[in-house]
Amino acid sequence: MQEWANQLCENRQFGSKMTDSKYFTTTKKGEIFELKAELNSDKKEKKKEAVKKVIASMTVGKDVSALFPDVVNCMQTDNLELKKLVYLYLMNYAKSQPDMAIMAVNTFVKDCEDLNPLIRALAVRTMGCIRVDKITEYLCEPLRKCLKDEDPYVRKTAAVCVAKLHDINAQLVEDQGFLDTLKDLISDSNPMVVANAVAALSEIAESHPNSNLLDLNPQTINKLLTALNECTEWGQIFILDCLANYSPRDDRESQSICERVTPRLSHANSAVVLSAVKVLMKFMEMLPKDLDYYGTLLKKLAPPLVTLLSAEPELQYVALRNINLIVQRRPEILKHEMKVFFVKYNDPIYVKLEKLDIMIRLASQANIAQVLAELKEYATEVDVDFVRKAVRAIGRCAIKVEQSAERCVSTLLDLIQTKVNYVVQEAIVVIKDIFRKYPNKYESVIATLCEHLESLDEPEARAAMIWIVGEYAERIDNADELLESFLEGFHDESTQVQLQLLTAIVKLFLKKPTETQELVQQVLSLATQDSDNPDLRDRGYIYWRLLSTDPVAAKEVVLAEKPLISEETDLIEPTLLEELICHIGTLASVYHKPPSAFVEGSRGVQHKRLTSSAGSGESVESPDTGSAAVSEAPPTVIPSQGDLLGDLLNLDLTPPTSTGPPPAAAPGMQLGAMDLLGGGLDSLMGDESEPPPIPLRTDTPQSPQPPHQSPSPPDYSPTELGGDIGGSPAMGAGFGAPPAAMPASFNAPISGGLDDLFDLGGGGGMTMGTYIPPKTVWLPAMKAKGLEISGTFVRRSGVIQMEMTLNNKAMSVMSDFAIQFNRNSFGLAPAGPLQILTPISPNQSIEAALPLSTVGPVMKMEPLNNLQVAVKNNIDVFYFSCQYPISMLFLEDGKMERQVFLATWKDIPNENESQFQIKDCHLNSDAASNKLQGSNIFTIAKRTVEGQDMLYQSMKLTNGIWVLAELRVQAGNPNYT
Amino acid sequence: MIHSLFLINSSGDIFLEKHWKSVVSRSVCDYFFEAQERATEPENVPPVIPTPHHYLISVLRHRIYFVAVIQSEVPPLFVIEFLHRVVDTFQDYFGVCTEAAIKDNVVVVYELLEEMLDNGFPLATESNILKELIKPPTILRTMVNTITGSTNVGEQLPTGQLSVVPWRRTGVKYTNNEAYFDVVEEIDAIIDKSGSTITAEIQGVIDACVKLTGMPDLTLSFMNPRLLDDVSFHPCVRFKRWEAERILSFIPPDGNFRLLSYHVSSQNLVAIPVYVKHNISFREGSSQGRFDLTLGPKQTMGKSVEAVLVSSQLPRGVLTANLNPSQGTYTFDPVTKMLTWDVGKINPQKLPSLKGTMSLQAGASKPDENPSINIQLKIQQMAISGLKVNRLDMYGEKYKPFKGIKYMTKAGKFQVRT
Repeated sequence: MQEWANQLCENRQFGSKMTDSKYFTTTKKGEIFELKAELNSDKKEKKKEAVKKVIASMTVGKDVSALFPDVVNCMQTDNLELKKLVYLYLMNYAKSQPDMAIMAVNTFVKDCEDLNPLIRALAVRTMGCIRVDKITEYLCEPLRKCLKDEDPYVRKTAAVCVAKLHDINAQLVEDQGFLDTLKDLISDSNPMVVANAVAALSEIAESHPNSNLLDLNPQTINKLLTALNECTEWGQIFILDCLANYSPRDDRESQSICERVTPRLSHANSAVVLSAVKVLMKFMEMLPKDLDYYGTLLKKLAPPLVTLLSAEPELQYVALRNINLIVQRRPEILKHEMKVFFVKYNDPIYVKLEKLDIMIRLASQANIAQVLAELKEYATEVDVDFVRKAVRAIGRCAIKVEQSAERCVSTLLDLIQTKVNYVVQEAIVVIKDIFRKYPNKYESVIATLCEHLESLDEPEARAAMIWIVGEYAERIDNADELLESFLEGFHDESTQVQLQLLTAIVKLFLKKPTETQELVQQVLSLATQDSDNPDLRDRGYIYWRLLSTDPVAAKEVVLAEKPLISEETDLIEPTLLEELICHIGTLASVYHKPPSAFVEGSRGVQHKRLTSSAGSGESVESPDTGSAAVSEAPPTVIPSQGDLLGDLLNLDLTPPTSTGPPPAAAPGMQLGAMDLLGGGLDSLMGDESEPPPIPLRTDTPQSPQPPHQSPSPPDYSPTELGGDIGGSPAMGAGFGAPPAAMPASFNAPISGGLDDLFDLGGGGGMTMGTYIPPKTVWLPAMKAKGLEISGTFVRRSGVIQMEMTLNNKAMSVMSDFAIQFNRNSFGLAPAGPLQILTPISPNQSIEAALPLSTVGPVMKMEPLNNLQVAVKNNIDVFYFSCQYPISMLFLEDGKMERQVFLATWKDIPNENESQFQIKDCHLNSDAASNKLQGSNIFTIAKRTVEGQDMLYQSMKLTNGIWVLAELRVQAGNPNYT
Repeated sequence: MIHSLFLINSSGDIFLEKHWKSVVSRSVCDYFFEAQERATEPENVPPVIPTPHHYLISVLRHRIYFVAVIQSEVPPLFVIEFLHRVVDTFQDYFGVCTEAAIKDNVVVVYELLEEMLDNGFPLATESNILKELIKPPTILRTMVNTITGSTNVGEQLPTGQLSVVPWRRTGVKYTNNEAYFDVVEEIDAIIDKSGSTITAEIQGVIDACVKLTGMPDLTLSFMNPRLLDDVSFHPCVRFKRWEAERILSFIPPDGNFRLLSYHVSSQNLVAIPVYVKHNISFREGSSQGRFDLTLGPKQTMGKSVEAVLVSSQLPRGVLTANLNPSQGTYTFDPVTKMLTWDVGKINPQKLPSLKGTMSLQAGASKPDENPSINIQLKIQQMAISGLKVNRLDMYGEKYKPFKGIKYMTKAGKFQVRT
C-alpha cells in the first residue's frame, strides 16, 4: 500500500511533464533521426509516443515528411488511437509522397471491411482526404460498398466522401455513378444520412451549375422536411439552405413548407435560425398578403432576429448585416423593435456602425424623437468614426423623415455649438445635404455656420461650406469676403474644394455681378492659368466662355434648379436586394454583393430571384388573377453585371465539344448576341453580306474527313471530329517543348477567339484590318451608381487597346476617373492612366481608349481570358469583369518558319490538341487566310487533299506561347474544320 | 465548407493550425494581422475578413483568435457557431481554454478537431459523443494510460451518434439520481442621465445539470409560461408539445446542458433593480473635476442586491482620481482610465457612495465625452422577470430523483449614461 502511494506521488511529479508539451522538446542529436528510431521500435507504447511527437511537430508547421515510410509502417495496428494518429499524418503528407502513400492503400481497403463500423467509417473518411490520384482509384470500390453499408454512421461518412472525391476528380465521380447513389441517399431512412447527402450534393452542385443534382420536387421536399426535425443542428442548416432553392408550385405548398420550417426559429443555433429566416423570407413572397397566415408569419420573424442581437458580437455582426437586408425588403417586421438597435458604449465598433445603419432605416415619424435623442448621445462618444457616422445619421434622418427635418437641424446646431472640431465639420457636410433636400427652408442657420468657417480643415467640410455660401450668396451679405478668404490659399486646396470654390464664385458673380467682377476674374485665371488640374482648367474655361459669350445662358446653366436629392441614396438596388434576400445568411449577405461577385466561390452560381405570389407577379401575363397587389409587380429585370458574369461563366463551363443547338441564325444578329457562347457564335456566321443561311447542319456527328488522311504530319491524329467542333488549335510552347502544365481551359477561349475571327471571315472580306468585336456592356449603370461602361478590345498596329464608352446615366457629374486591372492570365495592365480629362455630365457619354501592356503581374484566371477591372470615379469604385478576345494577343511576329512549324507540330502531345468546327463560313481558303492574317494568324502552308484545302497556321501569344492550327476548307462545304 | 483553422495568440503567433482539406499556407493570416493592426482594440477586429482567395472568419475567446479559413460560399454564422463549439469543447476538456492548455494537449486537440469536422462538415460536436470517442485527459487517466498502455480513444461507435436522441448515451447509471435547474436572468439596460430607462430587456437561460439513470423523460412546467414568447431550445425539447401546451417535455442529455434560453423584451416586464445618482462634472478652465456617485435599490422585490461592481471609463484627460468610498474599495487605472468600484452588498439603510475629485492634465480642456457607468450585480433567489417553475415530473424510469431549482438575476450589459 505504502509502495503504491509512493509510486502515485512519483507519478504525480512526473505528471507535470506528462502533458503533450513534452513532445516539443528536442534533443541535440537531431529530432528526425531520433524519431525514426523510436517509430521503428518494437514496443507499442514507444511507437505511439513517437507518432504523437511527429503529430505535435506537424501541428506547429514543422516538416516531418521525411518520416513518411516509418509512420506508415505503424498503420497496421489494433490500437485505434495509434491508427487515428497515423491517419492524421497520412492526410497531411500523402500529397508530397504519392508513391509511398500507395503502401497504405491495402490497409485502407482492409479496414473498409472491418467489423467495427467506426473503423470502416474512419478508413473511408481518411482515404477521401488523401488527395492523390493513384489512391482515389482504389477508393471507388470501398466507397461504393460504404455508401450502401448497413450502418448509417458509415453511410453518412461515405456521403461526405463523395464530395471529397468530387473535389479531387469530378469525372471519376460521375463515371462511377456516385452522384446517383448520393441522390438515393436523400431518401435514406436515417435523417443524419439525408443531411450529409444534401450537404455533399450542395457542395458538388456549387461547382456544377447546370447539373440537376438537387432535383427538388414535392416528394424530396417532404423527405427533407421530415429529416429536418430529426437531424443535428448542422444538418438542419444544410437542409434549410437546400430548401431555400426550391420554388413551391403554389401558395398552399409555400404555406405548408413555412409552417414546417417555423419551429426552427426557436433553435439555439443561430445559423439554423438565420437559414430558417431565409426560407421564410423567400417563400413568404408566394403568400397572398391578405392571408391571416402571412401576418402571423411576419410576427413570428421578429423575436428570433431580436434574439440574435443578444448573442456574441461576431454573431451580432452577421445578424445585423442580414437584418439590414430584411428591413429594406420588409420594414414591417422590425418596425417596433427600434430599441434593440440602440448602441451600447462597449459594443465593438463594427457592431456600432451596423446598428446605426439599421436605426436610420427604421426611423419613422413615430420613433424619430427617440432616435434623434440617441444619435445626439452618440455624437458625444469617444470613437471618432462612430461620432462622425452618428452626425451623418442625423442628416439622413432629416432627409428621410420630412417632419423631423426641423428637429434634426436644431440638433445639428446644438452639436455645432459643442465646437468639437470633427463634429462641426461633419454637421456642416450634412446640413448641405439638408439644404439640397429642403431648399429655402433653413437658411436662417447659415449665420451660425459661417461662424465656424475658420475651424473647417477637412476638404469635404470646406467644400460643403463653400457650396452653401455660393448657393445662398444673395442672402449672405459678406459672401464675397468669405469666398475671397478661401481664395488666398487656392493652390493648397484639394481639387474638391477648388472646383467648389470656382463654381461658388461664378454663382456669386451671376447673383451680384456688380461687386464681384474682380473676384470672378481672379478665380478664373487661377483655375485656367495657374492650375495643372485638367478638371479644374476645363471647368474654368467653360465658365469663362459661358460668361463672356452669353451671361443669360450662363445664368440658366449655373443657377439652374437642381433636382432634389433622393430620399435614401444608399438603398440597395431592388433586383440585387431580391437576390440577396435569397442568400440570407451567406457571405453574399454580409458583403451585400451578389454571389457572382465572389470570384472564387461563385463558379456558376445560379441566380436566384424571389418568385412572387401569382397575384402580384407578372402583371402582364396574369391580369385576370390579379389582385390588388399589382403594384407589387417585380421591377423589370435588367441583366445585371452579375447576370452577365453568370452567362460568361456558364459558357465557359459548356465544353466546346457540346452539340449545343445552334440558334436559327438571323442576319445582323451580331449586335444582339454579345457573349462568346459557342452556340451564339455559330449563329453569327450567317451575316448580312451573305444570303440567308444555307441549311444549318445542326448535328454533324461526323466530319466529312475521316481520320488519318493527313499524311504529312504523321503524329497528328485528327481524332473524333464529332459535333460542331471548329478550328484545331494545338499548342506548343517554345519550339517543341510542350508546356508542362498547360491549363486545360485554354481551349475554350481560343475557340471563342477563333470563332470571332471566322465570324469576321464571313463578313464579306471587305475590311482587311484586325477583327474588332462589337462593344459589350461591361458595367451596367444600375451596378455603378449610374456609370455605364461598354467596351471592346482591339489590336491596332501592335498595341492592344481597350476601347470604352463611358456613359453617365446618373444625375451628377462624374470625374476623377482611374482604372486598374486585377492580375490576369496574360499580364494585361494599363500602359498609361485612363485619359478622361473632362468630367462627364449627366447623360453624356465619352469615348476612351486605353493602351494596354502585357507586362503586368500574371495570375491564371477562369476562364483564361477573363479580366477583372476596377474603375474609380469621384463617386465610388466599381468592379466588373470582361473577357478579351484571345486574338488581340496574337503578335505580329507570329509567323513560324516552315521547318520549325513542321517539327513543332510533330512534337505536340495529344493532350494539348483540341478540335473545333466552324460553320457556314463562305470564304475560300485564300480569302480566309488573308482575313486571318489581318488578325496576326499566319498561314504557313497550304495543301489540297481530296478537294479540301488544308491551311496550316501559326500564331504567337504575347507571353511567348505558340499556337498552331490546321484549318480544313472543303470546297462547296461551308464548314471549316 | 471550413477549410482550415489557425489559432493565434495575443502576441500574434500562430500556435496551431489544422487543415481539413488541402493545406492553406499560413501566410493567409497576414490579412488577419493587417486587420488586427488597424483595429484599435483587440475586440474590434472585424469578424469576417475577405482576402483574394479566401475568407477569414474569426472569433476572439480567452485572448486567442480562432481564425477559420473558408474558400467557398459558406454561411458565416455556421462557421462562427462551429468556432464557439470548438472553444466550448476545449474548455470542457481542459478546464480552461488557454494557449498553454492547448499546447499541453496538442495531440488531444488535434484528435478532437479531426473528430469534429470531416472535410469541413461537422461530424461530432456534442460533448457527450466526443467524450466517448476521445476521453478527456485527467492526471489520473494519463497515469493509468502510461502504466497500463491503454489508450484514451474510444474503440466503439458512440451510441448516441445515430439514435433518435443523439444527445444522450445509453446505459447511464447513477447511484444518486439528481436533476438541478438554474434559472439565470441577465438584465441588459441603458438608463439615460435623468434616470429613465431607454431600453431594458432580459436574457434568460435555464441551465440544467441532470444526472439520472437510464432514459428519463422529463416535463417541466411554469407558473407563468406566457412570459416566454421568444425562446431557443436545446434540440431535446419537443417543440410541438411546447406549442400546444406550453410545457417543456424532453429526454435530457447526460450532465450539464442549456435547456432553454429566452428573451423578454417588453419593457414593462423588466424591473430595474438599482438606481444611480451621479454627478460627474468638469469645469471650464479648471483642472479639477467632481465625481459623486450614489447607488440605491429600486425594484428588488425585497431581495438584497449583492456583488455590485461599478466601472466607468473616465475621459482620457483624467490623470488621477481621489475618491472616498463609503463602502468597498475602488481602483483607478491611470493608463486605461478605467475606474472600478467594488461595492459589495447594497444596504438600503446606508446607501453606498463614492465621492471625491478627479484631476485633469494641466491645461487640458474640458473633456467632450460623458463617461458611461457599467454596473454588475447579483440578486439571489429571484428571476427578475417573475418566471417561476411550477413542477418537474419524470416518466419512463421508476426511481425517485432528487430535484432542485435555483433562481438568480444578474446584470448583463447594464449601462447608465451620465
